[in-house]
Amino acid sequence: MADATPPLGTGPLAKREARLAWGLLTPTIAAVALVVILPLLAIFWISVKPVSLADLRAPEVVLREDLRGSPEAAGDEATLRYRLRNSSQEQPILGVRFDDLVPDGLEIVDLDARCSLQDQALSCDLGDWEAGYRETLTIPVIVTQAYLDNAIRPQDSPPRVEGRSSSVLTDGTFTLNNFARIFQADEFLEVLWVTLFYTVFGTIGALLVGLFAALLLNKAFRGQGILRGLYLFPYVAPVIAVAFAWLILFDPFSGSANALLVQMGVTREAINFFGERPLALIMVTVFEIWRYFPLSFLFILARMQSIDGDMYEAADMDGASPFQQFWYLSLPQLLGILSVLFLLRFIWTFNKFDDIFLLTGGNAGTRTLTVSVYEQAFAISNIGAGAAVAVVIFGCLLTFSIFFLKYISREEGL
Amino acid sequence: MSVLRFGYVTGPLLGALWMVVLSVTVAIAMSFATGDPVRPNMSVSLLWGAVVGYLASQRLGGTPGRAIAAGALILLTLFEVGPLDFGPAASIWTRASAAAILAIAFVWSLYTILDDVAKGPLTRHEFEGAVIRFLTGFGYIFFTAIVLIPFYVMVMTSLKNQSELIQNPLDFSVDLSRGTELFRSYNELFTQFNFGTYLFNSFFISVLTVFITLAFAIPGAYAVARLRFRGQTAFSRSILLIYMVPMIVLALPIYIAFSMTGLRNSFWGIVMIYPVTTIPVALYMLQGYFRGLPAEIEEAGLMDGLSRLAVIWKITLPLSLPALASVSLYVFMIAWNEFLLAFMLLDDPSKFTLTRGIASLNSSEIPRQHLMAGSVIATVPIMAIFLGLERFMTKGLTAGSVKG
Repeated sequence: MADATPPLGTGPLAKREARLAWGLLTPTIAAVALVVILPLLAIFWISVKPVSLADLRAPEVVLREDLRGSPEAAGDEATLRYRLRNSSQEQPILGVRFDDLVPDGLEIVDLDARCSLQDQALSCDLGDWEAGYRETLTIPVIVTQAYLDNAIRPQDSPPRVEGRSSSVLTDGTFTLNNFARIFQADEFLEVLWVTLFYTVFGTIGALLVGLFAALLLNKAFRGQGILRGLYLFPYVAPVIAVAFAWLILFDPFSGSANALLVQMGVTREAINFFGERPLALIMVTVFEIWRYFPLSFLFILARMQSIDGDMYEAADMDGASPFQQFWYLSLPQLLGILSVLFLLRFIWTFNKFDDIFLLTGGNAGTRTLTVSVYEQAFAISNIGAGAAVAVVIFGCLLTFSIFFLKYISREEGL
Repeated sequence: MSVLRFGYVTGPLLGALWMVVLSVTVAIAMSFATGDPVRPNMSVSLLWGAVVGYLASQRLGGTPGRAIAAGALILLTLFEVGPLDFGPAASIWTRASAAAILAIAFVWSLYTILDDVAKGPLTRHEFEGAVIRFLTGFGYIFFTAIVLIPFYVMVMTSLKNQSELIQNPLDFSVDLSRGTELFRSYNELFTQFNFGTYLFNSFFISVLTVFITLAFAIPGAYAVARLRFRGQTAFSRSILLIYMVPMIVLALPIYIAFSMTGLRNSFWGIVMIYPVTTIPVALYMLQGYFRGLPAEIEEAGLMDGLSRLAVIWKITLPLSLPALASVSLYVFMIAWNEFLLAFMLLDDPSKFTLTRGIASLNSSEIPRQHLMAGSVIATVPIMAIFLGLERFMTKGLTAGSVKG
């Protein structure tokens, strides 16, 4: 009898399973590659290109045709006119040509040297054009009865226009100016500092406030469910709605918060919460804490409710006071979820764009890296510089992710 | 700390602090409710709070004692030597109700806080118990206030008009005699600003996003959770990593690509992009759930001759309906609240989503109550869904919302 040996390598069943797995994953991988991986590569490409917002519209040949000279009877003379121009003021177009169908009943008297006519098909080769080039082509024609009888007019047959132009996005010009610009700008260090402040304090604040809220609700009482739902409101509501509510609440001229503070005697003059330098940064951080404490609250509460109650009874018997129980029993148990939350929230706060963009637009010393991407790309119309900032962000994230994978994969068991 | 652990120290101390908390709360609440000038007087609050705290810690008077203390506080407040100060404009009703609410709430809650505080030396347990009850009370007030005030301001502002708002920013009282005029902003938004269309667009796009996301995420999550193949670990890790890429980094190339291909300002462009932002989240949540399902049931199905796909369709999916509900709700919420992509990719007012529509209201020519009414319109549906299906929603949030 042969020895029973375990099979080596992958058997047919395992192979089939792996094939099915890849089959199930393909749509997701394809979609993610298209919308995540490809744009990421594009960001690196764009960051070394001198691209501005205007370059996104490729130069093209604009053509208009009409018939001049309002002919009324057969035999009248008229002019078929083509007006053409290069839409770009900066870029040339090479090899411009167009084809058009001349309507029945127009007899062409004289043809431009660059054009040729076959039956009724007119085609013209206009060569290379400078930026902003204009040209008007006039072709004298004689109108016959056929033209007057049928209703087809020159503009009814759309001409086919050709022309090559090079786009900055695809040609071979590269530059490091984008990076030089963002690194040399005086505000770059400030942007980094603001990002760090916002991220660190926003994350820690949300964790601490969330921990406090979780401690409050970690006991059964009537209305606990309602309060838990209520405390999630800031996170569930659309960011644009709550951001504008905050703006109106803290408006320097007619905001309720200012009216309240004046009435309470805390301040004499209205405070411009989102418009003054150190205050605006603190306010957007407070907003971040307000909006995301529900998340840490939910996670911490879930973990707390899974801690065994016996331990606390034992501690009670041994005479541990409530604060001691929290410090020596609860906190060590919560440390795992707290560190996971810290890492995840740290990265997400770092990535946050909408909140600051809606509250201050990055003004008054609140410009973080993400807001600066938008600022460079759309406000200053320098897409290349925006992409360069995005590359910097991506670099930071790569560093975080290495940390993240080291810790999270241990905690989450991935 | 040990100096504090005497009934006659702890009592007045907590009493004084608790009085400050409550008088600030009542003053803010009365100001917001009536618009009358009410403000807390800190030093007087500390004084009277300490006095009542001392009485409570010494167990003086029992229930009649409490009533006397409360009555005294009401009188003191009305004669303007109490914890609250009133401006001359404050009506007698405001004064009386503020005084009564503050006095009664304070005395009874303080007796609860100092429940097992003894007259003399306290054990660590008794002392910390009292401090914890104080902090709990403070916590409930604090969290409820910070959560409710912005939403209260949002709703009330939407019901007022510009001149009322400027005149007294604190007056949120609503004049009910105006009847349907109250909802003028909402009416104008729906008749003149196309909010009906935006509402429909948002709803349509969100629902479509949910379905497309599930169609991609269910097979993917199943493969990651159940099937063995090379690169499984690497794949489930990279899901999390993709989660970490900030939207603004992707939005820039997507904007360029959409501008060049003419997908900007199109419904389908948005419907193409939204699911991809939610697929990683959904996949991550679902694979966690699938892992938790017992594999034996599925193996039984396989033994009985079902193919893998049939197992997924007939066994796994019916078992994971609750998880599917959570994921759908969560994805719906993300799509409904999405702002950045809608803002960058949509310029044509006939194709706006709600969030984009609200952003377009943010101009100096459009009155603020319209902006707030728009915010309410966007908030109410998601809140209604959330409150109705809170159980699923909470589960969904805990399972997957590492995302912001």
